[in-house]
Amino acid sequence: MSAPMSHQARDLAARREHAPHRSMLLRMLVRAAILRRGRAASALFAMVVAAAVTTAMLNLYVDVQAKLRREFRNYGANIILVGRNGASLPAESLGRVDSVLAGHGVAAPFGVVVARTLQGQAIVVAGTDFDRIRELNKWWSVTNWPAGSQQALVGVRALPLVSPKNQPFELSFQGKTLTVTAAGTVQTGAAEDSRIYLSLPEFVKWTGVQPSTIEVGASGSPQEVAAVMTKLGQQIPAAEVRPVRQIMEGEARVLGKTRATLLAAAALIILTAALCVLATLMGWVFDRRRDFAIMKALGASARLLNGFFAMEAAALGATGAIIGFALGIGIAAWIGRANFHAAVAPRFSVFPVILLGSIGVTLLSAILPISLLRRVQPAVILRGE
Amino acid sequence: MFVRLVYESFRRQQRRKLLAGAAITLGVTVATAMIAVATDIGDKINRELRAIGANLVVTPQEDSLDLEIGGVNLKPPSDGAFLNEADLPSIKGTFWHNNITGFAPMLPVNAAVQHAGKNLEVTLLGTYFAKRLKYGTEEFTTGVRTTYPWWKVSGSWPDDESRDVLVGERLAERLGQKPGDTLSISGQALHISGILSSGGAEDDEIVAPLSLAQQLLGKPGVVRRVYVSALTKPEDAFARRDPKSMSGAIYDRWYCTPYPQAIALQLTEAIPHSNATQIRQVSQNEGAVLTRIEGLIFLITLAALFASALAVSAAMATTVFERRTEVGLMKALGAGKLIVASVFFAEAALLALIGGVAGFAIGTVLAHQIGHSIFNSDISIPPVLLPVILAIAVMVTFAGSAAAIRRAVGLDPVYALRGEL
Repeated sequence: MSAPMSHQARDLAARREHAPHRSMLLRMLVRAAILRRGRAASALFAMVVAAAVTTAMLNLYVDVQAKLRREFRNYGANIILVGRNGASLPAESLGRVDSVLAGHGVAAPFGVVVARTLQGQAIVVAGTDFDRIRELNKWWSVTNWPAGSQQALVGVRALPLVSPKNQPFELSFQGKTLTVTAAGTVQTGAAEDSRIYLSLPEFVKWTGVQPSTIEVGASGSPQEVAAVMTKLGQQIPAAEVRPVRQIMEGEARVLGKTRATLLAAAALIILTAALCVLATLMGWVFDRRRDFAIMKALGASARLLNGFFAMEAAALGATGAIIGFALGIGIAAWIGRANFHAAVAPRFSVFPVILLGSIGVTLLSAILPISLLRRVQPAVILRGE
Repeated sequence: MFVRLVYESFRRQQRRKLLAGAAITLGVTVATAMIAVATDIGDKINRELRAIGANLVVTPQEDSLDLEIGGVNLKPPSDGAFLNEADLPSIKGTFWHNNITGFAPMLPVNAAVQHAGKNLEVTLLGTYFAKRLKYGTEEFTTGVRTTYPWWKVSGSWPDDESRDVLVGERLAERLGQKPGDTLSISGQALHISGILSSGGAEDDEIVAPLSLAQQLLGKPGVVRRVYVSALTKPEDAFARRDPKSMSGAIYDRWYCTPYPQAIALQLTEAIPHSNATQIRQVSQNEGAVLTRIEGLIFLITLAALFASALAVSAAMATTVFERRTEVGLMKALGAGKLIVASVFFAEAALLALIGGVAGFAIGTVLAHQIGHSIFNSDISIPPVLLPVILAIAVMVTFAGSAAAIRRAVGLDPVYALRGEL
C-alpha cells in the first residue's frame, strides 16, 4: 500500500516542480472563486447589472436622436423648392432631387392652378405624385387613394361643392375641360381640404403647367439636411431652396431637451449602479480579511497580496463587463423595439468604456479595504478582533 | 428590550448604519427624481412641441373654399364669411382653457404697395402680436409671438395698438426697405418697425396689427380664422369615436379629456358660427413624438428604479451578513428566530423611513434642478408621491435584507460565534 502512496506523493511533487511558478496565483484566484461562489456570484451579479444598465443607457443615448429624427420626418417636408418668381421648375428637377437625396428622404412635386367648376366656382387644383405623397405626408387622412386615370382626390371641404352626390364633375382651365370622379377625400385641417388633387401626368396633359414646387423630406442630422440644401441649390439653379423652419426648429428643440433629460437620467443611473458595485465589492473584500491575514502570516509579500486582490477585482470587472455588455445590448434593443418599433443598433464603440469603467470601479473597491487592512497585524485579524 | 436592542444597534454601529442609510438615501433620491421627471416629461415636451405651431384652427362655418397657392391668397377680400373678433376672448372660457397656450387671429387682405411709381399687389396679414386681452377677471397676453415662436424679427415687433407693420424678408428685399422706413400701402403711409423672417409664406407678405387690416378691408371687428395652440393628449381609438354616438358618462369622459377633437369641439361651442378642426400635420405627429418620448422615459425610469432597488438590497445584504456573530450571540442567549428576524426588520424599516425621507427631499431638489436647467420651468412633484416612495423604500429594503436575514437566523450559533463561516 505504501508503494502507490509514495508513488502518488512523488507524482505530486514532480507535478508541482514542473508546474509554472505563476500558477499558484492563478490557482488562488480560481479556488477563491469556486469556494466562495455564493459571495463571488453576488459580487459578479452586481457588476453585471451595473454594466448592463450602463451599456443600455449609453446605447440609447447615442441612438435616441436617430430614432426620434425618424419620428420627426413624419411631419413631412423640411425643405421646399420653388421656382424663382413663381416660374415652373425644369422638367428634370425631380430626378435631380432624387439623386441628391440618394434614398435618404422623399420628395413630392406639386403643380398648382386655379380652375373653375361648371358653376363658375374657382377652386385650386393640384397635380402631384400620389405614391410620394403617401410616403411624405403621412398625416393626410385619405379615405381612398386614386388609382386610375380621371380619378381625383378631393378635399373634404371641396367635395360638397363639386360633387355632392359623388357624380363625375367637370373642371375647366383656360378653356380646356376635364371630367373626373372623386376616388376619395383628403382631410388635413389645412389648405388641402379646399383643393382637388390629380395625378401629375394627367394634370400636365390637361393644363400644360409643369410643377412649380417640390417638397422634400430629407432625413438626417441638421448638418446633413443643410448639406442637402446646398447641393439642391447647386444642382437646380432655377429653384429657390427654402428650409421649413418651424419643423427644423421644433425638431432641434425637442431632440435637445430629450437628450439632456436622457443624459441626466443616465448619469444618475450609472452613478447608482457604480455605488452599488462599490458597496457590494467592498463588503466582499472586507469579509475576506481572514484570507488576507493567513496569506500574510504565511509570508506573502505586500506586492503579491495587492496583485492577488487587484487581479481578482480586474477579473471580476472584466467578466462582469462582458456579460453585462451583452445583456445591456439586449435591453437597449428591447427598449428600441418596444418603444420605437425598431431595434437599437449595438454600439461596440461603447464596449471599451464599459470595460475600463468596470475594472476601474472593481479595482477601487478592492484597493480601498486592502489599504485599510494592510496596516493591521495578521494576528489581530485572525483572533477575530 | 426590543426597542433597546434596536436603539443600541443604531447608537453603536453608526458607521454601518450610515453606509446602509446612504445607500437607501441615494436609491430613493434617484427614484424620486426619475419618477418626478417621468410624470412631468409629457407636459414639458408638449410645450416644446408647441414651437411647431398651432394645432387647431377655427374657421367660419359657412366659409367658402380657400383659394391659396404657395401661401398667396387669391380669394376676393369680401368673399366668404368671417368670425367676430369680440368672441375670441371666450376661447379662454372653455373647459380646457389652461391647456390653451395661445391663439392668433388672422385676417389676410389684399393691399397695393406703391413702389417705384408702380402699384404692387401684396397680401397684408392682420393679426395679434402680443395682445393683452381680458376674459372675465382673467387677463392674458396672446398672439403670434406665442403661437409662432420661430418667427424672427430684425428691428422691433410692432405694438398691437399702433399702425406699425412688419415686412416679410423677401418682400423687403424686393422693395429695398429696412426697419424705420415708411411704406405707402393702399394710400396710407405706414411705419415699418421690423423685417420678419418666418421661412414660410409670410416672408412675401406684410404683417400688421389686426385693427389696421380690418380698417383696410372696411370691416371692423372681423377675422378670417383663428389659429389655436393647445396642449393635447395623444389621440387614441377612444378619441376618434364620434361624440354624437356616445352615451352620457362616456361622452363626459371624452369631453373632459384634452384630445384634439374634444378641444376642437369646445372651441366650436365657444365661438358662434364657427368650425374648429385639428391641423393634422401638427396634431397627429406631436401625438406620435410625445408617445415615443414618454415611453422612453418611462422605460428608463423603470431601469433607474431597478438599479436603485438593487443598490439598496446590496447594501442591506452586506450589513446583515457582517453581523452574523451578533445573531449567534442572540440565539445562544435563547432568542428565537422570530425575535432575531423582527429586530433586523425593525432596523431595516427605520433605516428605510429615515433614508426615504432624506432621499425624497434630495430627489425633489434634484428634480427641480433638472427642470430648471433643461426645460426652464418647474417640475411639480405631487405630495402623494411621498408615501408611495416611502412604501417602496421599505419594501425594497425588506426584500434586500430578507435573504441575508434568513441565512443569518438559520446559522448554527456555535459556528457563527467561532466565526467559521
